[in-house]
Amino acid sequence: MSSDAMAIHQGADVGSRPWVETLHGWVTTVDHKRLGILYILYALLFLAVAGSEAMIIRIQLMYPHNSFVSPQVFNRIFTMHGTTMVFFVGIPVLFGLANYLVPLMIGARDMAFPRLNAFSFWLTALGGFLLYFSFLGGSGLYGAGNAPDVGWWAYAPLTSRAFSPGHSSDYWTISLLVAGFGSIGTAVNIIATILCMRCPGMKLSRMPLLVWLNLVVSGMVLIAITPLSAAQIMLCVDRYLGGHFFDTQAGGSATLWMHFFWIFGHPEVYILILPAFAVLSEVIPVFSRKPMFGYPVMVGATIAIGFISMSVWAHHMFSIGMSSYGNAFFVLTTMTIAVPTGIKIFNWLGTMWGGRIIFKTPMLFCIGFLFNFLIAGLTGIMLGSAAFNWQLTGSYFVVAHFHYTLSGSFLFGIFAAFYYWYPKITGRMLFERLGKLHFWLFFIGFHLCFDLMHIPGLLGMARRIYTYEPGRGWDTLNLLVSIGAFIQGIATLIFVANLIISYFKGAKAGNDPWDAWTLEWSVSSPPPAYNFAVTPTVASRRPLWDLKHPEDPDSRYE
Amino acid sequence: MSAITTPFPQTPATWKLPYRGKVGMACLIIAESAIFTIFVVAYLYYAGKSLTGPTPREALETPIFFTVCLLSSSLTMHLASTLLARGKSGAFLALWFLTIVLGALFMYGTAREWHRLIYQHGLTISTNLFGTTYYSLVGLHATHVTLGLLMLTIVLLFGLAGRVGREQSARIDVLSMYWHFVDAVWIVVFTVVYVLGR
Repeated sequence: MSSDAMAIHQGADVGSRPWVETLHGWVTTVDHKRLGILYILYALLFLAVAGSEAMIIRIQLMYPHNSFVSPQVFNRIFTMHGTTMVFFVGIPVLFGLANYLVPLMIGARDMAFPRLNAFSFWLTALGGFLLYFSFLGGSGLYGAGNAPDVGWWAYAPLTSRAFSPGHSSDYWTISLLVAGFGSIGTAVNIIATILCMRCPGMKLSRMPLLVWLNLVVSGMVLIAITPLSAAQIMLCVDRYLGGHFFDTQAGGSATLWMHFFWIFGHPEVYILILPAFAVLSEVIPVFSRKPMFGYPVMVGATIAIGFISMSVWAHHMFSIGMSSYGNAFFVLTTMTIAVPTGIKIFNWLGTMWGGRIIFKTPMLFCIGFLFNFLIAGLTGIMLGSAAFNWQLTGSYFVVAHFHYTLSGSFLFGIFAAFYYWYPKITGRMLFERLGKLHFWLFFIGFHLCFDLMHIPGLLGMARRIYTYEPGRGWDTLNLLVSIGAFIQGIATLIFVANLIISYFKGAKAGNDPWDAWTLEWSVSSPPPAYNFAVTPTVASRRPLWDLKHPEDPDSRYE
Repeated sequence: MSAITTPFPQTPATWKLPYRGKVGMACLIIAESAIFTIFVVAYLYYAGKSLTGPTPREALETPIFFTVCLLSSSLTMHLASTLLARGKSGAFLALWFLTIVLGALFMYGTAREWHRLIYQHGLTISTNLFGTTYYSLVGLHATHVTLGLLMLTIVLLFGLAGRVGREQSARIDVLSMYWHFVDAVWIVVFTVVYVLGR
């Protein structure tokens, strides 16, 4: 069947339905592409919500003794900002991309378990709903606005009945438990899809790196999200059944919660950053017009990161007073992880080296990522050494560091993914001028905000304080940091506007606007419901290169 | 652009991938193991740290008979699935039923033990750290056994309706992976609670 015939067939399929039926179709869908889009839209919604919360935090901290929000509201806002960004922006967007792209990239019709896929998405959606319902239901209607205020780590004993009366912390617990089950379901699904649904010839050694990285991420989700689920069950037992897991009055241990949380918490950081690595590993080769440099090493480095990230969690806890052996162990493992990460950065540079680089928006975000991630890694090494960490833990230096990884790296990678795959998902190109404006504004705002944020941290400004005294040298810096945050907010609005305008007015993309090499570009944009009319067969890592250059296929050299 | 229908140079002669059900169940087992690990760590960490009684030494009795029941249910299930693969549906159903009976016996044992702990020793989940960790860990495992029994019963009902034949063998194998996992977890829980924890 030619692609024209597909397009006509598709138009007849979705053209003239009443909107109720369309809505019903989306709600009951088990199609991996639609679920992927739902995940991504859901993440965008929460990006807007959590972004607004960040703005509230920055308005409050703009001036000393500001009273834009009360201390109580400030606690709720930073808790909700952190929780939302990690669980309801980061995880949904990475699963959305994996859902949409993995089956297309490995030449499969759908995920291995389509109904489990839908179930997992709606669990995650329910989790986000529960978290925000706490604003209404936290203490019944009289306590409206009573969201969780325990911080995203929710250290004991803050979560005990005495310090968290009402139900707001329970909504937090149940929300993360439910969303965690959703994540486990999707991770199981992605692994089964990758291992069992590859098209003929798609050996593990020929899979696109995005697929490889998602395989590793899903494996990490299985081992890392589950400790959090277990700890949340324990917290429920404590709060509802009168258990004593984290109740120090009855011999329980607050430290145990810290361990359980960070056994989840640190791998989680890598669960978020690896999908950004995955995007870079697809975008950089295409926009450098070269195959990926050091593919096997990239795969090895990814697996190494997966393993090592499981053994570094207590570097979040140097200040609790571990033995010197414990400190030394976690310092060394933390330093070790710099090695595979460094390998990755060199391989991306190696891919760009000597390539014919095309500075389109996706590539700009990838290059921005390389700069930001390098600095994030350097401050990470600083914080990873126990002696330095003792001075700066719990300060704005730490906040600046992890926003470098999550905003400057994860978000940059995700933006690159949007500009790269939006044409495939919608059939329309994003406007390049708006995209460049988005990039430069975001880049400038990001650096104004988070470069300067390190300094108040070094000067002793603790994280999570709702205001501060004037005259400590923090005032101007905080004002500039806030201005940087607003610039990022404006840039994000431009991005959202671009998404909406391009959907209606963007240039038609065609099957393969970037002259790329992976299988998703071989089908129409958007892809038909069945993905591939004929199951493809691949003979190399770049099947579309082989198709376009039959005189010099990759399969001859691999 | 070039259509995907263009024939590629070589199609691999054999292209066999693992069965998705088994891979999915293996992944679920990995995830479940991590959950159980956290509960086991909590149990061991708090062993002997209760501020008040009763202690495990005073309250617990080793449930040897019911442990044998649960472990032998793994054997009957293995035999059942082997028979199904050979197409012997009748023998399969008999052994499958026996598996359910053994699993249910184990649950009865847990119920009796909990009853005794609550009414004779006054140990509940909120009594002390031992109660909290004991009921959570054993309860988590019992929840898994109960879920397994539910699924086993569904298969039994389908079997009695004559709907489980050799062609379902691969699916039955997936379910039996879960059951074997639950049994293996009991060996760990048993060792931790009744051997090391005392």
